Amino acid sequence: MSDSPILSIKDLHAKVADEDIDILHGVNLEIGRGELHAIMGPNGSGKSTLAKILAGHPGYETTSGEVLYEGEDLLELEVDERAQKGVFLAFQYPVEVPGVSIANFLRTALQARLGEGEEVDLFDFQDELLAKMEILDMDPSFAERSVNDGFSGGEKKRNEILQMAVLKPKLALMDETDSGLDIDALQVVAKGVKRLQEEDPDMSVLIITHYQRVLQYIEPDHVHVMIGGQLVRSGGAEVAADLEAQGYEQFKTPATG
Amino acid sequence: MPQNEVVEGLDLDRYKYHFITEDEPVFRSGRGLNEKVVREISAQKDEPEWMLEFRLKALKIYNAKPMPTWGGDLSNLESVLDQIYFYVRPQDKMERSWDDVPPNIKETFEKLGIPEAEQKVLAGVGAQYESEMVYHSLKEEWEKKGVIFDSIEDGLKNHPELFREHFGTVIPSADNKFSAMNSAVWSGGSFVYIPPGVELDTPLQAYFRVNQEQMGQFERTLIIADEGSKAHYIEGCTAPVYSTESFHSGVIEIVVKPGAHFRYTTIQNWSNNMYNLVTQRALVHENATMEWLDGNLGSKLTMKYPSCYLLGEGAHGSVLSIAYSGDGQHQDTGGKVVHAAPNTTSQIVSKSISKGTGRSTYRGLCQVHEGSVNSKSNVECDALLINDTSRTDTYPYIEIDEKKSNIGHEATVSKVGDEQLFYLMSRGMNEEEAMALIVRGFIEPIAKLLPLEYAVELNRLIELEMEGSVG
Ligand SMILES: Nc1ncnc2c1ncn2[C@@H]1O[C@H](COP(=O)(O)OP(=O)(O)OP(=O)(O)O)[C@@H](O)[C@H]1O
Ligand SMILES: [Mg+2]
Repeated sequence: MSDSPILSIKDLHAKVADEDIDILHGVNLEIGRGELHAIMGPNGSGKSTLAKILAGHPGYETTSGEVLYEGEDLLELEVDERAQKGVFLAFQYPVEVPGVSIANFLRTALQARLGEGEEVDLFDFQDELLAKMEILDMDPSFAERSVNDGFSGGEKKRNEILQMAVLKPKLALMDETDSGLDIDALQVVAKGVKRLQEEDPDMSVLIITHYQRVLQYIEPDHVHVMIGGQLVRSGGAEVAADLEAQGYEQFKTPATG
Repeated sequence: MPQNEVVEGLDLDRYKYHFITEDEPVFRSGRGLNEKVVREISAQKDEPEWMLEFRLKALKIYNAKPMPTWGGDLSNLESVLDQIYFYVRPQDKMERSWDDVPPNIKETFEKLGIPEAEQKVLAGVGAQYESEMVYHSLKEEWEKKGVIFDSIEDGLKNHPELFREHFGTVIPSADNKFSAMNSAVWSGGSFVYIPPGVELDTPLQAYFRVNQEQMGQFERTLIIADEGSKAHYIEGCTAPVYSTESFHSGVIEIVVKPGAHFRYTTIQNWSNNMYNLVTQRALVHENATMEWLDGNLGSKLTMKYPSCYLLGEGAHGSVLSIAYSGDGQHQDTGGKVVHAAPNTTSQIVSKSISKGTGRSTYRGLCQVHEGSVNSKSNVECDALLINDTSRTDTYPYIEIDEKKSNIGHEATVSKVGDEQLFYLMSRGMNEEEAMALIVRGFIEPIAKLLPLEYAVELNRLIELEMEGSVG
């Protein structure tokens, strides 16, 4: 079992639900357990769409292709089922939930994973939350703030990582978590991701980014380039360096879009 | 007070959860409202002559006043009123058994996690309520301090001067059609007096009043917080009030004397056939503070606008409310503040949630009289719509006759968005859990002011209400 990939995407085509806007035009991607993948690509190429489709966003429709998660048809599962089975999406644009503290939010999320009659142990939870906040260099008072309400861009991203650290996914999709972070914060976040992978070497990560810098801290096993709804090139870390030097012009073909 | 098991069961009724069976009890007044009924009520209560006259005069006013044409839909109300009994002697209330309690009500009790013994009390079929012991020791403590906490009937009997001095002065019978109706037929409610300088840590809770007359459809409460006192009164509960009666019209009068601080909290969850038309008003004197904390759930139509008349310099009034309207329900609520003295401050915060075909209306009035210099008022009303079929309206009236004052108004309407739901669900919550969390967050600024057990019950109730909210 552990040899089989955690995620396998085959020729995935997708569009905006109820509209004729095609976004993904045949994505192929395989992520093995414990692997770290990065997707880079120009604005509007479909990176976030792919991540959202994997998390189950109702605004998109897959028209053909297949996505297997731990051998199971991922597209058949509800959003919350996917989360409960270990899929986590760190949002590019995290959403505000006024009046709900981070602590309350996370406790509710953990509670939702438990069966009938089981309760999150409040003391264990508190300890865990504080420990994770410490790793991420966050002030404990942060846990009492309303989720993303009035957060700075960097705080929102850090909050996504905090959630990831507490919810312990098997497959983490990080959509531009590095954007908007200052250099120190970037290092802290990178350290946090590494720490999580040390705790669970089987945790797989798909990181979407525009910048090579984050990839210097979190070293990816594979880097893919998405253009026009397709992964047009895959390789090792050298792909990122190459992009940094030459840009996307080299891949652009007028055939898609 | 006759010793009667049924009456005791009912009087201990913490949640105003009462039944009237279909059978007609012998001592009921006839249906509808007329002079005979009013005289009968007054005679049954063995009232002084002045109260009978007060009632009869109120009846005339009631008859003379037209039905309001604003607010909610009252077009069916006349026929409802023709059918109801305006007075039922408590000893005549029918005995009933647990088997008579409708299954859906029992189910709600179960879901709310209310212990069985308490469920029976709620349903009016249980015997003693445990809090009686607690109440007795508290009552002793209160009495030592000179606090009066009685039924309104006992207040009139035992404290006639104090009662007469204030009764009907905050809300005159002629204030509106329903205050006139209540003034004619009132029955049940509390009489509270807090002596000067007395501060109570434990809230006075309506359900503590044992062996008193049942709070009824026409409850009347009079509260006097004397100079420099401080207290909190709590009424109601989030458990559903089940009643075959479909009309409730209360009048709550509060006098907050100089330097006093009073908070009145109501949480009510009416069955969805109920017209709930309540007049609540406080006169707030110099440097005194009045806070209304109001939670309205259920009912067919609720019209309720707690108000503060800021009469003395430096007075402060606040009206904080949460309204929830489910399918077919209309909550027409808000608040009213009148600044009639300099340096007075007020705040209205109203949060409404509409689900399904539910409708919430915010209706507020902020008045600043000439000469009320340096008065400040801040009004905030936020509406949350759960479904596309849900509706909300806002009617903020502002009348300012003093230039040197500062009035702020802010209104927001939000709809639970797909992105928000997706975000929460992507963390593992199902749609209903996500919805409930969003709603809880929305009311949090007010819910956090509630006593803990009420806040917890309110949260559980919201979870229940969010079941089946999606689809
Ligand atoms: N709901 C939608 N309705 C219409 N168009 C959409 C919708 N969602 C995505 N698109 C379009 O699909 C394309 C891909 O969007 P996506 O957000 O996936 O890009 P991205 O690669 O993440 O870009 P960026 O790097 O700027 O984040 C864009 O042109 C976008 O405008
Ligand atoms: Mg994107």
